[in-house]
Amino acid sequence: MADRDENEQKGAAQMNRRGLLKCMSWAGTGVLWTVSGGVPRTLGLLGEAHAAEAQASGFTFLQISDSHVGFDKPANPNALGTFQEAIAKVNAMPTPPAFIIHTGDITHLSKDKEFDDADQAMKALKQKVYVIPGEHDVADADNGKAYLDRYGKGTKGKGWYSFDQGGVHLIALINVFNFEPGFKSAGLAKLGDEQLEWMEKDVKGLSASTPIVVFAHLPLWTVYQEWGWGTEDAPRALAYLKRFGSVTVLNGHIHQIQQKVEGNVSFHTARSTAFPQPAPGSAPAPGPMKVPAEELHSVLGVRTVNYVRGKNPLAVVETPLGA
Amino acid sequence: MISKAGLLAGALGLAALVAAAPRAPSAEAANSVAVQIDNFHYTPAMLVVAPGTTVTWKNDDDSPHSVREKDGKFKSAALDTDDTFSQTFAAPGEYDYFCSIHPYMTGKIVVKPAGS
Repeated sequence: MADRDENEQKGAAQMNRRGLLKCMSWAGTGVLWTVSGGVPRTLGLLGEAHAAEAQASGFTFLQISDSHVGFDKPANPNALGTFQEAIAKVNAMPTPPAFIIHTGDITHLSKDKEFDDADQAMKALKQKVYVIPGEHDVADADNGKAYLDRYGKGTKGKGWYSFDQGGVHLIALINVFNFEPGFKSAGLAKLGDEQLEWMEKDVKGLSASTPIVVFAHLPLWTVYQEWGWGTEDAPRALAYLKRFGSVTVLNGHIHQIQQKVEGNVSFHTARSTAFPQPAPGSAPAPGPMKVPAEELHSVLGVRTVNYVRGKNPLAVVETPLGA
Repeated sequence: MISKAGLLAGALGLAALVAAAPRAPSAEAANSVAVQIDNFHYTPAMLVVAPGTTVTWKNDDDSPHSVREKDGKFKSAALDTDDTFSQTFAAPGEYDYFCSIHPYMTGKIVVKPAGS
């Protein structure tokens, strides 16, 4: 389709202008993160040498996002299948990540069957999986009851929580419940007062040298306002984190890799394991983007984060499903 | 490129406009009106209907959408492709609604007696 090619070119050009990483990569497996000396960072495509190095003195964790279990449209007729593939890839890693985070849109339509299938698939993982909901997971008529009944135990408010791992403090934020309808505003996501107050207290007692990792479904910076790709009250959350030397923000939602660094904060969005979405503004609307079947796996992926204590920043490694 | 869905949206949008016109040709037409969801838009975005009218939203996108009145007076579950949601409007008034999955998508139903 001629106009798709044109859109891709336009999208690619925009991405280059903004100095971002290659963004048209397909839905992927996940994202591998290395936490080294407190600052998570991307290593580029997964290199075993990096992962091994991290393993020696720190740990790695893995981000999976936007599995959209239940999705069966032309952009990916079997989203459960590609999610299972991603999980198999994680299990085949020579240096297994310490734990896994799923940054939301586990399911496509919040249906029980979809949650069941996703749970079943994730049971194959040996590590603990920390989840947060995407807006697709709270789209039932009961405003998220299906998700919270399943995953809300032991969490605060509408599902938020924090935990510590190897000296890193991780905060799971939920920004899919307080959407501001776009009648007057841009229709961005919101964290809400209750959660923000909790977060302020949560980080209060921490030393400024504690590496902080925040994850939330929608980006905590405005990637593209016209499509609602941002969080209205994220600046308040980031203000609570100003005094920390290393803050890493991991998001999903937009099904493509975008990154930026602002002071001590680095922002990253992950690929989906289900389908890609167009680059901001490169199509009339967001939504599943069909690519030739043989290219699908190159745009899906997972991300690993490596943490090496007292050495380098956190390292982020993207692994496409097709690698 | 004009997609099949786009053409359909145009046709349904026209039908909805006709049905919503103040001088609706028949009671039947006035009692049932369609809103198309296509390309992340409600069409028509604003609809004027007589009390007692049933409005049916149909999702023609590959993405799921929902229909949620801003104060929760009515709301659908997530509508997958080709799913529909109907709501009957008895009381006159203005009803602003949005998609809870893509909250920048908004629409409005105005319910008022014919001729008023």
